[in-house]
Amino acid sequence: MLIAAILVLAVGTYAFRLSGVLLRDRLELSASLQRMLPMSAAALLAALAATATLMAGSEFAGFARPAGVLAGTLLAWRKAPFVLVVIAAAAVTALLRLAGLH
Amino acid sequence: MGTLYRTRAQVRDIGALAAASMAVGASFGAITIAYGLPAWVPIVMSVTIFAGGAQFLAVGLLAAGNPVAAVVAGLLLNARHLPFGLAVADTLGARWRDRLIGSHLMTDETVAFTLAESEPAARRRVYWLVGGSLFVCWNTGVLLGVLLGGATGDPDALGLDAAFPAGLIALILPSLRDRSTRLVALTGAAAAVLLTPFLPAGLPVMCALLGLLTLIRPGSLPRHPTPADPEPADTPAGAVRTASASSDVPEGEKC
Repeated sequence: MLIAAILVLAVGTYAFRLSGVLLRDRLELSASLQRMLPMSAAALLAALAATATLMAGSEFAGFARPAGVLAGTLLAWRKAPFVLVVIAAAAVTALLRLAGLH
Repeated sequence: MGTLYRTRAQVRDIGALAAASMAVGASFGAITIAYGLPAWVPIVMSVTIFAGGAQFLAVGLLAAGNPVAAVVAGLLLNARHLPFGLAVADTLGARWRDRLIGSHLMTDETVAFTLAESEPAARRRVYWLVGGSLFVCWNTGVLLGVLLGGATGDPDALGLDAAFPAGLIALILPSLRDRSTRLVALTGAAAAVLLTPFLPAGLPVMCALLGLLTLIRPGSLPRHPTPADPEPADTPAGAVRTASASSDVPEGEKC
């Protein structure tokens, strides 16, 4: 049962990935619809980032994580290098937790 | 800024991401073992599913003895790869070998890094570089986590749970300079967060596509492109509005 569940999830995930790639050829998309593809991707990535920042399960994740992400976002907005953004976000969150703030 | 500088900066950025993914992979391996699941489970999952968010979600439900819920939640969360595939299909090109292998390497980070590039050749290079290094590092991390167990430490203590969303935000930030994209993305993100307490796990992220509804402006006149919101020069603004309006409805109905 365990292996069946894992394989169904694996095959289904791969099917989503491949069907998007293959469907692109079949769809005759107008220029405006083509423009919506990166927009959809940006919306999904923004939603992932937002839920991963604010939520743990269906509850609020606490303050340490959003504070770290905010620090990283400000650095990214000021055009800091990606590596600095990632390290600063982790460091702020880790330090806040070390200080007992969750 | 020369090509060498950009390439070196990019390798450094991807290296940072890969190192973080290895640490999170190690925690995935360790957590799965701590749940009392067999050692092959995290390894098989990571190689075959290769989607961190869905793996963490599914393994918790598998450990709770609820495999059906694990599959449903995992598939709902991973349905986003279909629109991702549409967005990066041109980057993967027409060769079957590239499409079949490249599809498996598609992750949030691969897509975000790829779409952050504007040149087709750079997109191609970044896609394979990010996809390949994440696949290797994620699976190596999981294996280490299984072998070392709890010795890998708590990734939350290192703040890694903040590193990934911050990285994604850094990657999509440039695309948010476009006014319509910003509205779509921020509305979608808000919808996903607000719906999270009420919808089954996995579904809220897909509801981000509701953000596309913001492209409909009731009774809007043909729009004039603004400097912050460039349109393709050969597209009449009126056609853009009408076409996106008619296509939005089925997207919204998904949720």
